[in-house]
Amino acid sequence: MKVKVISRSTDEFTRERSQDLQRVFRNFDPNLRTQEKAVEYVRALNAAKLEKIFARPFVGAMDGHIDAVSCMAKNPNHLKGIFSGSMDGDVRLWDLASRQTVCQFPGHQGAVRGLTASTDGRILVSCGTDCTVRLWNVPLATVTDSDDSSDNSVKPLAVYVWKNAFWAVDHQWNGDLFATAGAQVDIWDHNRSQPVNSFEWGKDTVISVRFNPGEPNVLATSASDRSITIYDLRMSSPARKLIMRTKTNSIAWNPMEPMNFTAANEDCSCYSYDARKLDEARCVHKDHVSAVMDIDYSPTGREFVTGSYDRTVRIFQFNAGHSREVYHTKRMQRVFCVKFSCDGSYVISGSDDTNLRIWKAKASEQLGVLLPRERRNQEYLEAVKNRYKHLPEVKRIVRHRHLPKPIYKASALRRIMTEAERKKEERRRAHSAPGSMPRVPLRKKRIIKEIE
Amino acid sequence: MGVRQEDDINAKIIPPKEQEISDEIEIKVKKYLRGEGANLEVLHDKKLKGQLAVREELYGKSAKAAAKAEKWLMPSEGGYLEAEGIEKTWRIKQEAIAREVDILSRKNQHDIVLPELGPYTMNFTSSGRYMAVAGRKGHLAIIDMKSMGLIKEFQVREAVRDVVFLHNEQFFAAAQKKYPYIYNRDGTELHCLKEHGAILKLQFLKNHFLLASVNKFGQLHYQDVTTGQMVGNYRTGHGRSDVMRVNPFNGVIALGHSNGSLSMWKPTSSAPLIKMLCHHGPVSALAFHSNGHLMATAGMDRKIKLWDLRKFEVLQTLPGHAKTLDFSQKGLLAASTGSFVQILGDFSGSQNYSRYMNHSIAKGYQVRNVLFRPYEDVLAIGHSMGWSSILIPGSGEPNFDSWVANPFETSKQRREKEVKSLLDKLPPETIMLDPRKIGTMRPMRKKEKPSKQERDAEMEAAVADAKNSITRKKKTKGRNKPSKRSKKVQEAVERAKRPFLEEELSQKKKQKISEQSELPKSLQRFVRKTA
Repeated sequence: MKVKVISRSTDEFTRERSQDLQRVFRNFDPNLRTQEKAVEYVRALNAAKLEKIFARPFVGAMDGHIDAVSCMAKNPNHLKGIFSGSMDGDVRLWDLASRQTVCQFPGHQGAVRGLTASTDGRILVSCGTDCTVRLWNVPLATVTDSDDSSDNSVKPLAVYVWKNAFWAVDHQWNGDLFATAGAQVDIWDHNRSQPVNSFEWGKDTVISVRFNPGEPNVLATSASDRSITIYDLRMSSPARKLIMRTKTNSIAWNPMEPMNFTAANEDCSCYSYDARKLDEARCVHKDHVSAVMDIDYSPTGREFVTGSYDRTVRIFQFNAGHSREVYHTKRMQRVFCVKFSCDGSYVISGSDDTNLRIWKAKASEQLGVLLPRERRNQEYLEAVKNRYKHLPEVKRIVRHRHLPKPIYKASALRRIMTEAERKKEERRRAHSAPGSMPRVPLRKKRIIKEIE
Repeated sequence: MGVRQEDDINAKIIPPKEQEISDEIEIKVKKYLRGEGANLEVLHDKKLKGQLAVREELYGKSAKAAAKAEKWLMPSEGGYLEAEGIEKTWRIKQEAIAREVDILSRKNQHDIVLPELGPYTMNFTSSGRYMAVAGRKGHLAIIDMKSMGLIKEFQVREAVRDVVFLHNEQFFAAAQKKYPYIYNRDGTELHCLKEHGAILKLQFLKNHFLLASVNKFGQLHYQDVTTGQMVGNYRTGHGRSDVMRVNPFNGVIALGHSNGSLSMWKPTSSAPLIKMLCHHGPVSALAFHSNGHLMATAGMDRKIKLWDLRKFEVLQTLPGHAKTLDFSQKGLLAASTGSFVQILGDFSGSQNYSRYMNHSIAKGYQVRNVLFRPYEDVLAIGHSMGWSSILIPGSGEPNFDSWVANPFETSKQRREKEVKSLLDKLPPETIMLDPRKIGTMRPMRKKEKPSKQERDAEMEAAVADAKNSITRKKKTKGRNKPSKRSKKVQEAVERAKRPFLEEELSQKKKQKISEQSELPKSLQRFVRKTA
C-alpha cells in the first residue's frame, strides 16, 4: 500500500526572521475562488468611486502676464520650462515646478502671435503683429541661480522685420528652418534676415503652421479661406489643399503616427485626418460647444488636449469621438492656447484672464514617486474599472462630470438642433425616391473639396 | 535553403517528454480559461471588436501562464492512497495508514472522548486552522488545530444545535435553545439575535457576510453581520426542515424538506429559485461540491443521489443511508450513518463515484456530522461521545493561496484580510443560480417564428387535447345525447384552433402591410386596401 498525506512543516511556510518578508503562496485555481466575477464587479464600482474622490486635476496657476496669453511653446529638451507670449508683447519663460517666471523677453511692440523653440532648444523664435520675427538666446540658468537677474531683460539675438503681420511660427523638428504664417507661408533660416522661401496658394491669410514630426520637410497650414494645406519644402509648389466648411484654428501632428494630424475647427469639433488621404476625416471629435482654439498632442500620441472659446479644456483619446475629461474653472476665461507637457502627465492652458494653468492629464493620478506595490494596485484598479465600465452602475459614475451651467445648456441645445436636422433629413429621404439621397457620413460632410 | 529545411524538420521533432508536458499544460489551460470565449462575430462595432479580440488573446496567455505556474511552481503535492495487489483501498484501516505516515500527520488522527456533553457538531474556518465545536448540552469550544491547543471553552447551560464561524476565527455564532448568539473568540457574548427565533441550522455566506438560519417553523432568515440589518426573512412553506446547506459556488441556500423536496433560496426573493423533488422520503442530508456543478443528497429512502446542478438531473444513485454528507476540496464525498463512515471518490474522471475508504468508530457512538478539514487530508467526525479525526489521503487541496485562505496567517495578515474582504463584500443581489452572468452581454432577443410544419403540429396537438378533455364527461339521466356530445367536441376543437388561426390572419395582414410599405411613404395612402 502506498500512502502519502499532506503534511506541511511550519518552517517552509513562515518566515525565518522578523526582518524577512512574509511568504506568499499562490494557487490560481478558479475553484478556490467563488463568485470572482461579482467580486471584480464590486471592486470596479469601488475603484470608480475612489477615482472620483481623488480627482483633483488643478495643480496651480502661473500669473505674471498683464494681458491675455496668446501663445505658448514648449522646449523639447527641457522638461520643466515653458514659454508664453501675451497680447501686449510680453514673452516669458516659466519654471513649471515652482510656477515662477525664469526670465522675460521684452521687445515686441504688439501682440505676440507665435512662439517656437529651435531643435536644440537654445533659440526661441517669436513673431507678432508688429511684423517682426525675433530670435532670442534661451538662458540655461534656473530660477534659483538668477535671483537678481530674474527680471532682467534678455537682449534678442536677432530681429527681422518683414512686410506683413505674422500669425504663427513653427520650427522644423530636425533642422534649421522655421516657418511663419502671415499673408503667405515664409520659410526662414536662423542667420538670414529674409525668408529663404515663400509659399502661397490663394490670397487669404494663413493662420497657423505646423511642421511634421516625422518628416522634417512637410508642413501643414490652415488659412482663413477654410482650407488646410500641406506643403513640402523640397518641392517648390504646395502638395495638397483641403477646403472645409469652417475655418481651422490650429493643427497638431500626432508625434507617434506622423502621417495623421488633427485640426481644431471653428465649428466646435476637431477633425483627425490621414495626410495621405484627405478626402475623408478619420475621426470627428465632438464635445466642445464653441470654437476650438488650440490643440496639442501628448508625446505618447494616444491623446490630445484642446482648448476652446467656451472656457473649457478637454482631453480626447486619439480615436475617440467624445472627450474623456473636461477641465473648467470659474476664473478661467476663453482658452487661447494649450500644451501637453513633454512627459505626458500635465496639461498647460493659457487663457484670456492672463493666467497659465497647470492641470493633471489624469485627474486622480497620485503625483510623486509611487512604491511598486502602490503602483501595481493603482494599475489593477484601473484595469478592473475599465473591464466593467460599460455596465450601467459603473458607467454612470465614470462618466459623471460637473459642467458649468452655460456649457451644459449649450450642449443640450446643440443636441436638440442636430437631432432636429437629422429628423428632417430622414423625412426628406423617406419622401424622395429611394437611393436619390445617399447617406454621407459626418467625416465627409464637413469637407467641401480636396484640391491637388 | 537547405539549412532552413533542416531547421524546420528539427523544429517538428519535439522530444516525447516535452510533448507530454505540453499536452498536460493544454488540458490545464482549459480549467483556467473559465469557459468559452465570447462570440465576436455578432458585433458590428469594429473598434470594439478589435479591442475585445486583443483582450481574448490576453486571456489565453494568462491561462497558459497559470497552467505553467500550476505545473512548475506549486510547493506541495497532493496525498494519495494506492492499494497494491489484491488489496482494496476500502479495506485499509486507519491504523495501517498511521504506521506508514510521518509523526506530524499521525497527530491528526485522534479521538477526543467527552461522553457527558452530548453529540458534537463542528465547523472549520476557511483556512482549516481553527475548529469550533458545540456539544448538544451546551459545551462550546474553539481549538487551534495546528498546535492542538484549546483557545477557549465555556458552557452556556442550554441546548446548542449548531455552531458556525463568521468570517474569521474571532467570531462565531451558536444556535442555542431560544435564539442564536454571536460570541467573541474569548467567549464574550456579543449579540443575541432575537429575530431569528429558535433555529436549527446556521450557515455563513462568506462573500456576502450574511448569516443564514432556518428555524423550527421553517422560516429562513438572512442577516448581514457587518451592519446588523435583516436582509431577508421568508417562510419556506414546507414546515420544519433540519437540512440546510449553502452552495459555495453561488451563495444559494438549499433546504431539504420532509416531503422529499429540495428548495433553493436567495435573499432577495420570497419564492424559492428552484424546487426539486429528490427523494421518496424526507431528505436527511445535503452537500455541495465546490465547483458548483455537483450536489449530493441523501434521503430516508436509503438512497444517496448525485445531481448535476446545470441540468438538474441525477448523475448517479448509490444505495445507503446517510445522516450527514460532506464534499472535500478534491471532490471526495463522505457519508455516514450510525457509527459507520464511508468515503466515496471519483477516480475515473467521469463523475462516477465508487468506494474509496471506510471507517467504523466504536459501536454505540452515533455520528452527528462529518466535515472535511480544508487544505488537509483530514476528516473530522463529530459523534455522541465527542469527536474524532481520521486521515483520508487525497481529500485536501495541497496548495493554498495566501490571499484566499492562509493556514499560517499572522494577526497582522488577518486584520488586513478582514479589511480587504469587507471592501469586497458583495451585495445580496449578486446571489443567483449562475454567478457567471455578471458582466456578460444580454442575449439578443430573437423570437424565432415556428415553421409551418411546427405550427400545424402544435395545432393538431391542441385539437387532440381538446377532444380528449371533452370525451371524458359522460352525463346520465337522458342528457347524454350523441348529437349534443358531438356538438361539444366540435366547439372544443374550434376553441383550440382559434389562437392559431388568429395568428395566421395577423401574419397575413403583416405581409400585406409590408408589401404596401415597399411603396414610398407619400404614396402609401393611395394603395387600395383589399379587405
